[in-house]
Amino acid sequence: MGVVGKGFAIVAADTSAVHSIMLHKNNEDKIMLLDSHKLVAASGEPGDRYFEFGGLIRVEYVQKNVSLYKFRNGIPLTTAAAANFTRGELATALRKLSFASVRPSVKTPMAFSVDFLVSVMFMIFSTLIIDQNPYSVNILMAGYDNESGASLYYIDYIATLHKVDKGAFGYGSYFSLSTMDTHYRSDMSVGEAIELVDKCILEIRSRLVVAPPNFVIKIVDKDGARDYAWRQSVQDVTTAAV
Amino acid sequence: MARYDRAITVFSPDGHLFQVEYALEAVRKGNAAVGVRGTDTVVLAVEKKSTPKLQDTRSARKIVSLDNHVALACAGLKADARVLINKARIECQSHRLTLEDPVTVEYITRYIAGLQQKYTQSGGVRPFGLSTLIVGFDPYTRMPSLYQTDPSGTFSAWKANATGRNSNSIREFLEKNYKETSGQETVKLAIRALLEVVESGGKNIEVALMTREEGTLRQLEEAEIDAIVAEIEAEKAAAEAAKKGPSKET
Repeated sequence: MGVVGKGFAIVAADTSAVHSIMLHKNNEDKIMLLDSHKLVAASGEPGDRYFEFGGLIRVEYVQKNVSLYKFRNGIPLTTAAAANFTRGELATALRKLSFASVRPSVKTPMAFSVDFLVSVMFMIFSTLIIDQNPYSVNILMAGYDNESGASLYYIDYIATLHKVDKGAFGYGSYFSLSTMDTHYRSDMSVGEAIELVDKCILEIRSRLVVAPPNFVIKIVDKDGARDYAWRQSVQDVTTAAV
Repeated sequence: MARYDRAITVFSPDGHLFQVEYALEAVRKGNAAVGVRGTDTVVLAVEKKSTPKLQDTRSARKIVSLDNHVALACAGLKADARVLINKARIECQSHRLTLEDPVTVEYITRYIAGLQQKYTQSGGVRPFGLSTLIVGFDPYTRMPSLYQTDPSGTFSAWKANATGRNSNSIREFLEKNYKETSGQETVKLAIRALLEVVESGGKNIEVALMTREEGTLRQLEEAEIDAIVAEIEAEKAAAEAAKKGPSKET
């Protein structure tokens, strides 16, 4: 979920990495730094958040293209431009085949050649296998631009793009959006915004049947994007309890 | 010679690749560029031939960043440079994406040199008419590096080097006067070397440096360059006076 306040934007995400009924880890950071003044919170299939077989490069690819723009043009992309670029990528992939495809600006490393063969096999047996969604990742992009201040963009998995003041994804959004509707005001201070986020987290923890135990909150303002806090109710246990 | 026009770069009977040598000629006509490697600083200085009054100098930068920790200066055909620099920048980001690591200076030099070589062995293309000086800090060891590539696609590491116009005289100067320097001394050495062939003055030189702590390229302002040039002139004058002084007392 994300919230825009006075000169800053806050994004919070749960930190559970889940695989069907099992929790892999509960301190998985799903909010990436896109550049010094942009944050991207991505939720959805792990294969779509970072480069993995079957998933196309998503947020990391966007990150590297944002950097490339900065080197080519001497100035960083605006948040709006980065959001539109991301949406464009999602939109293109929406109607593409869901097999790993090679882009002109990125090379597929040798290590993945085995997976490529498997992709080819998938193509042959594709009629027997249910296609995955090209992108099942929902994104909230928050950024600060000197000219236009803080902004938040809502990009969902079918390439919908909206500039919003508050947004949320996932089952928790059913609860947090209502909470935000009641308590959100424009131009909140950092303290007030954090209170709102905490209220949402409380709502999720008390009402969602599979509530994630831990959350991470990050903030972006004129001084850049950085971690703000973690809200942990369960610490990661490194050794099995006896 | 119908048989010889599929590949433009073909061997001559005495083993030369004339196109590559002509490309080196193009480099020799380009702006002088100097690179110096210090213990904790790397400096690139490029000659700025008289800038037209109406031109916006910011759009004609000769020293560019390829990535946060790697920079490049070149001598030769500027249009070719744009293409090469663009490909190198893409490669830097591509490397970061697929290997989750920034490029080493050697890697990107090898990539650029490889690209230059490819164009000496393909059909229907001519070699890139430029030599590059690539500087940077290795992302993990934080060691400074200076590399040079040329149109034939060879590359090597240097402590200090020059390319472009009058590069031989600059290199001679550097060979005579090079010593391990750090910080401002490295900048002065680079500027002194360039001043051998260029009129002195902040508006005729473009200087950029990278230090180990900062890690990113910093272009020097004209005023800063003027100040350093003034220092160098003062030092030169003092050295001259010292030489003349004792010899008068005979």
